[in-house]
Amino acid sequence: MAEETTEKKKNRLIIEFKNVTKMYGDNVGVEDVSVKIREGEFVFLVGPSGAGKSTFIKVLLKMLDVDKGHIYYVDYDVTQLQNYEIPHHRRSMGIVFQDFSLLPKKTVFENVAFAMEIVQMPRKAIRRQVPAMLDLVGLKGQETKYPNELSIGEQQRLAIARAIVNNPHVLIADEPTGNLDPETGWEIMRLLEQINRRGTTILMVTHSPDIVNAMEKRVIAIRDGRIVRDELGGQYHPEEDDDPDGDYSDHELFNLKNFEKAYRERKIKGGADSRKE
Amino acid sequence: MNNKLFQSIRQAIRQIGRNRAMVFASLFSITAILLILGLFLLLLVNVNNMSQGVKSTFDQVQVNLKDTTTRDEASAMMEQFEAMEEIESVVYQSKETALANWKHKWGDNADLLDRLPTNPLPNAIILKLVDVKYAKDVVERARAMAGVEKIAYSQDTVDKLISITNGIQIVALVLIAFLLVVSVIVVSNTIKLTVLSREREITIMKYIGATNWYIRGPFLMEGIFLGLIAAIISGVLVSLLYHYIVTSFGLDFMLIMSTGLVREKFMITNLAVVFVSMGISIGAVGSIISMRRFLDTK
Repeated sequence: MAEETTEKKKNRLIIEFKNVTKMYGDNVGVEDVSVKIREGEFVFLVGPSGAGKSTFIKVLLKMLDVDKGHIYYVDYDVTQLQNYEIPHHRRSMGIVFQDFSLLPKKTVFENVAFAMEIVQMPRKAIRRQVPAMLDLVGLKGQETKYPNELSIGEQQRLAIARAIVNNPHVLIADEPTGNLDPETGWEIMRLLEQINRRGTTILMVTHSPDIVNAMEKRVIAIRDGRIVRDELGGQYHPEEDDDPDGDYSDHELFNLKNFEKAYRERKIKGGADSRKE
Repeated sequence: MNNKLFQSIRQAIRQIGRNRAMVFASLFSITAILLILGLFLLLLVNVNNMSQGVKSTFDQVQVNLKDTTTRDEASAMMEQFEAMEEIESVVYQSKETALANWKHKWGDNADLLDRLPTNPLPNAIILKLVDVKYAKDVVERARAMAGVEKIAYSQDTVDKLISITNGIQIVALVLIAFLLVVSVIVVSNTIKLTVLSREREITIMKYIGATNWYIRGPFLMEGIFLGLIAAIISGVLVSLLYHYIVTSFGLDFMLIMSTGLVREKFMITNLAVVFVSMGISIGAVGSIISMRRFLDTK
């Protein structure tokens, strides 16, 4: 653990929140949040619904303006960006949504190519890079299918391919396993880990303790808009983090034991090195 | 860049195809609106032309001199007129020249004038004004001079004509502006339908980092297509109509109004330019307006 900490310190700071506050009228989005994330980190952002996870992501993407504080990203202040600079800001991040946000009328190939067209990549580069990306996420040979012809897990892989095709600094995944069964969720986690090992910083929002506890990555827990815990190799126990009074209603967690079992089996089969740091 | 342009055009064609009935309906209404607009444009240009004609015909003031006024006195008066800023040129017209001009005008019947015992025409100074609007002022000053018998100037007619043409011009301009606004609204409503059907796609594009102009591209093309096609159809119809008007009534008009209609070739060339640019702008503005709400949100 100590080793890992010193290793991370070598990397440059990529995201820094400094006393960020965002209110929705009288309701707190995030309040006085300060946090640093370094290049190459894999970070879980956990907390119950309405804790401020989405707000955290939204202000980072500048889908919302902050009320107070600063957000430094690579070498600029996100809160100071002009409207016309926002698209360029977002291009340096890949985003994966819980609902995949694929375009149903475009093929698998086009869904990925479209992200490259947006940044005005030449056609040659698109034809070269899209298949490589699809290969990476395990969708080789499915180029001409439409999203609804893919399984749910494959759809999420496609969304990930789209998110990383422009080589973003950071991959933001908003509950990427939220709609998936544990088995498929695990596959997605392995893929994210693989992407992380290529050097992409990953910021994943989740409220699934099973995934967090099995992965042993940095965990930032948010409750009522404030960071209540931030630790490396952390765990997430909703009963403690989210609801100190102890009446946590557990409707969104899936079976912990099944998930851990699946994860271990996979590790032995083919992903033995997938957890080694 | 070219790549992107082709993408936009391709998408625009696909969208129009998907939305055929609505596109056809709005194409029809925009064409109708532009047709009416074109008629007002014809009116406006011709009225403008006519009022120019009136102004140049009536910007002369003829100061008739008494028979007792000598040539020297007349020269002195001319110097005074030449000093006035409102006057462009000053010409002395002797009674002999005036008679000769009259004879020239009467042409074949000029020999009738030979029977006149004496020349009844006065010596005159003809003033050409810088602008017809100074007429009143100049006439008053000339009247105050000694040796002036009478001043020939059709003040009232000119005033009336000018106020009528000004009125027509203003009405036509207001109507044209109104019709332009209406056609922009029609275009923007049509485009809004396609925008709505692709709202989700637009949101995703924004999150991935597409610029507003990238997102607008295909919709802009769709609007421009719509405006351009409507403009071409209505432009051709208006040109044909003008051709018909000129060939059937052009001569009569010339005789009645003393100035002719605007030349057909000139009018049609200009109509083509005006309609094409109008079509493109209506389409572009319409689609940009229709997307404003969707692109304003971050």
